[in-house]
Amino acid sequence: MVHSLKEGEIKQHPVVEYKPEAKYSYTAGQALSQFLLGLKKGKILGRKCPKCGRVYVPPRMYCEDCFYPTSKWVEVKDEGIVMTAVASFISWTRDRLEEPEIVGTIRLLPSSAKDYVYPGLFHRICCSFDDVKSMNIFGKRVKAKWKPENEREGSINDIECFEVI
Amino acid sequence: MRTNLKFRRVAAIGAGLTEFRRRTLETPQELAWEASRKALDEAGLELRDIDCVVIGSAPDAFDGVHMKGEYLSHGSGGIRKPTSRVYVGGATGVMTAISGWYHVASGLCKNVLAVAEEKMSPGRPHPQAVFRYIWDPITEKPLNPNLIWIFAMEMHRYMYVNKVSKEEIALVSVKNKRNAINNPYAQLGGQITVDDVLKSEVLVWPVQLLDVSPVSDGAAAMVFVEGDIARRYTDTPVWIEGVGWTLDNTSWPDRELAYPRYLENAARMAYTMAGIERPQKEIDVIEPYDPFDYKELHHIEGLLLAKRGEAPLLLKEGFFDVDGDIPSSPSGGLLGVGNPIAAAGLMKVISIYWQLKGTAGKMQVKRPVHTGLAQAWGDLMQASTVIIMRN
Repeated sequence: MVHSLKEGEIKQHPVVEYKPEAKYSYTAGQALSQFLLGLKKGKILGRKCPKCGRVYVPPRMYCEDCFYPTSKWVEVKDEGIVMTAVASFISWTRDRLEEPEIVGTIRLLPSSAKDYVYPGLFHRICCSFDDVKSMNIFGKRVKAKWKPENEREGSINDIECFEVI
Repeated sequence: MRTNLKFRRVAAIGAGLTEFRRRTLETPQELAWEASRKALDEAGLELRDIDCVVIGSAPDAFDGVHMKGEYLSHGSGGIRKPTSRVYVGGATGVMTAISGWYHVASGLCKNVLAVAEEKMSPGRPHPQAVFRYIWDPITEKPLNPNLIWIFAMEMHRYMYVNKVSKEEIALVSVKNKRNAINNPYAQLGGQITVDDVLKSEVLVWPVQLLDVSPVSDGAAAMVFVEGDIARRYTDTPVWIEGVGWTLDNTSWPDRELAYPRYLENAARMAYTMAGIERPQKEIDVIEPYDPFDYKELHHIEGLLLAKRGEAPLLLKEGFFDVDGDIPSSPSGGLLGVGNPIAAAGLMKVISIYWQLKGTAGKMQVKRPVHTGLAQAWGDLMQASTVIIMRN
């Protein structure tokens, strides 16, 4: 009752070739707008909850646990600890990449290794595949490598990557 | 200790699956119908006996058809009936069963058909690309992420914190693909070795090709009925004893990834409802969600069936083998059977149902089983769904 198509047979199968004009103008919102403006100035901004004290980076206008408005802006360091890192050999369309792209998550300071939640960012990490493979990059202290000030445009890409200090 | 909730007892009395294959020629509706018809046949019911229909399907983008609930409704027997669609990413399959359960438990319906369908393979050049729109548009998408990145990040964090090697994780893939040999619906059963996994194509280190479940198409369906009706139709009803589901936040970069707290919350909810106090002693067979091999270990820990970091050791000792203490993924799981997302989750519930009914054929685990658990997980390390059944 069920058959499998082979790669060659796909050509005889109805294929709709169409590039939808799926373009979106996203709003950055109240919190992320300030965050992006901060990046332009070389600062990483977060919001603090007055009730539980949690600092949200990327910032949030409300605390998800207390369900209270967060009350003030705080600047965290552009330095942090590498929590995890991976090396991607495929692009988002699953094409093979020659050079791996290295990304990971960074626990920004001030925060403690005991925290389950912390100010954190997902970003590129400037290190070699060997550093990832051997896990040497884990737990290392890294610092944001900013783009030159005149090239920053208020985007997460204003940080080129995080590099070991 | 059981909860003090007042709801009707619910039993599963029928289930159906299509074969899981890449690029099936059937439409999603035809696949849904095939699974639904088989489920009704096993239950001994006709469509006119069904009061409500629940449809589970993950992102519309995979099948390439928008409004999947409406689209699938006639193949799922949902025409002119209260029909609803549930969707919580990868956790959808088990959520479909949970939703079927609460339609009956609440007293709204007596007989419910729950159907889950997915065709992963129509997306060209690769279904990977349609995952692009699950990321945060401001803080994540500008970095051009692909979906495997986050799982690789979670896997590497899990390995780092618990000092687990790639070899230990690869054993999950070896076990599940071996179990799938006994499953007539499976796409990718086979005898492979740890070495095969370690030599397969590196996608996003530490994830390699044989660490990941295949792209596939398929459908699954189950019939849930009220307790007194169940006894009329079968001598071997399987009771739904506990359900649990929770959602964590989407901001995964700012929390610890080594341990799935969203799953622990869902598991505790289900255990309380089922009156389970010592899960490792009281549960006989499990189907944890395994789209990646590390995920099975990660989930076993989140389900409180092993201490943190202990699952790989138990696996190595054979604790989770078909003839072990708690057989895990005796069906072959997603790694062996295939991963049409929503259908794969419901397949896990069905596989536990057949184990408890004693009709799992060559998949049947050796020891007598009375309590089984199926679990699914999805989205940005967020959603978890757990269901516990007894015979």
